[in-house]
Amino acid sequence: MNSIPSPTAIDADHLAGAPLVLARKVEKQFGTLKVLKGIDLAISTGEVLCIIGPSGSGKSTFLRCINQLERIDGGALFVSGERVGYHRVGNKLYELDDKAIARQRRSIGMVFQRFNLFPHLTALQNVIEGPVQVLKESKADARAHALSLLERVGLADKRDAYPSQLSGGQQQRVAIARSLAMRPELLLFDEPTSALDPELVAEVLRVMRGLAETGMTMVCVTHELGFARDVGHRVAFMDQGQIVEIGDPRSVLSDPKEVRTRAFISAVRH
Amino acid sequence: MNTEPEDIVIVPKRHYGRLIGAALVLVALGAIVQAFAVGQIEWPYVARFLTVPVILQALANTIIMAILAMILGLVLGVIFAVMRLSANPVLSSTALGYIWFFRAIPVLLQLLLWYNLALVFPTLGIPGLFAFKTVDVMTPFVAALLGLGIQQGAFTAEVVRAGLLSVDQGQYEAAQTLGMTRLQLLYRIIMPQAMRVIVPPVGNEFIGMVKLTSLASVVQFSELLYTAQSIYYANSRVIELLIVAAFWYLIVVTILSLIQGRIEAYYARGVAVSARR
Ligand SMILES: Nc1ncnc2c1ncn2[C@@H]1O[C@H](COP(=O)(O)OP(=O)(O)OP(=O)(O)O)[C@@H](O)[C@H]1O
Ligand SMILES: [Mg+2]
Repeated sequence: MNSIPSPTAIDADHLAGAPLVLARKVEKQFGTLKVLKGIDLAISTGEVLCIIGPSGSGKSTFLRCINQLERIDGGALFVSGERVGYHRVGNKLYELDDKAIARQRRSIGMVFQRFNLFPHLTALQNVIEGPVQVLKESKADARAHALSLLERVGLADKRDAYPSQLSGGQQQRVAIARSLAMRPELLLFDEPTSALDPELVAEVLRVMRGLAETGMTMVCVTHELGFARDVGHRVAFMDQGQIVEIGDPRSVLSDPKEVRTRAFISAVRH
Repeated sequence: MNTEPEDIVIVPKRHYGRLIGAALVLVALGAIVQAFAVGQIEWPYVARFLTVPVILQALANTIIMAILAMILGLVLGVIFAVMRLSANPVLSSTALGYIWFFRAIPVLLQLLLWYNLALVFPTLGIPGLFAFKTVDVMTPFVAALLGLGIQQGAFTAEVVRAGLLSVDQGQYEAAQTLGMTRLQLLYRIIMPQAMRVIVPPVGNEFIGMVKLTSLASVVQFSELLYTAQSIYYANSRVIELLIVAAFWYLIVVTILSLIQGRIEAYYARGVAVSARR
């Protein structure tokens, strides 16, 4: 990070009693393009937050900042009360090293639009890879846990299939099982159903709905307004790098206060 | 006209061109076999020298040198490929310089340079700590290994780099998201996928390396060709000994080709069956 943290940035590296995710004036730019212009957001444990918004509004970038696939350029971000990506001494922020970043990422799962399963590993091997390599679980424990997760996403019979032998919906469900195997505190979904044929969307949404019911904290970028309405506890509408409107799904989706939200929702609907 | 099904016989089309071509090839092959059979070759000598201890020792030296030089080439190749992809300009341009230099200079010349290193640096070592006489260190074996391995590294670096670039960016992100460190993700996720792209050309280069070791005869390393030459300088059975050497190169390369096929099949797992062929 080159820029000085904004004056509102919080002083400590650890915040007691903080919400699971706390974003304060988070900024991100690519070259001269400001993609996030001061995101303020708190997500509490067990909450399901759905983020909607037009293409290029910065939804993916914000998710990627949370698990450090991108570095923030300003503001502060805390997950589980711990500052993400930096260590603060006085008024200087030091970038964390590779190991520390890897450690922070462990408790955050991410499900990608394009699944990103490991093609050289079977479904089962995909799921046990993280627990065995990163969490150093025993093979037997990881395997038992993985089998129960594959069962949960309805793919117990596909455990020995390679990703290339699975449909898009099946791949995405394996990807969800792979994230869950790390026993994450937080799951990020970046348009998990956008790359799927319409008839495969439902099976993935069903799994996500089940997860929400177990109390998993989830941040979902999605264009599935029905899912946002039924499953989301809150919906945030993002535009041009800012959260324009956030609140109860029914009020944001059915009775938006902001003109931009209204325009977006009617465009998606039709 | 009888058109009952059981009476119908299919007469394949005659490909007269192919028949004539095949006949000509057979005649030519026959002529070659005949020429070698009646030529000035003492086949009993060939048979006798095929398995004499010096030749078998030379065969072992050839195989060992090919393996060690290839290992050195692979290690250097991976290191310099990763360096070349580094965001640090010193690392990436050093790698670029290495690849540029050692790919440009003929292997034969590199071997002679290493072998004659003593002319430039009479002693090697860290001043004050230790020092060796270069002629003692730069044996034919060491000169051949360095000459062959280092130039191989320059070629392998490019192959490895292509392999690393062939892996989708999403794979890095998925592995990072699991909390893997850079080394873990290279070793567990990226390399196994890059291998599918890397193995076929490296297999070819290994086969090439077996033959390249024959160049080490110029630095007096006792590999197959050098040994065959030393024998025929003594007994003048030039062609017989060259045939002996050729025979062993054929055997080694054939075995390697078979192994290569196995390894390729292994790294192609998980890839759609249609894409394998
Ligand atoms: N690595 C990058 N380098 C440069 N610009 C980028 C990069 N990643 C994203 N951007 C730009 O940042 C802006 C926000 O991108 P982002 O992917 O966050 O949008 P999004 O809201 O997820 O859109 P979509 O709905 O299309 O996925 C876009 O203008 C995009 O072009
Ligand atoms: Mg996006």
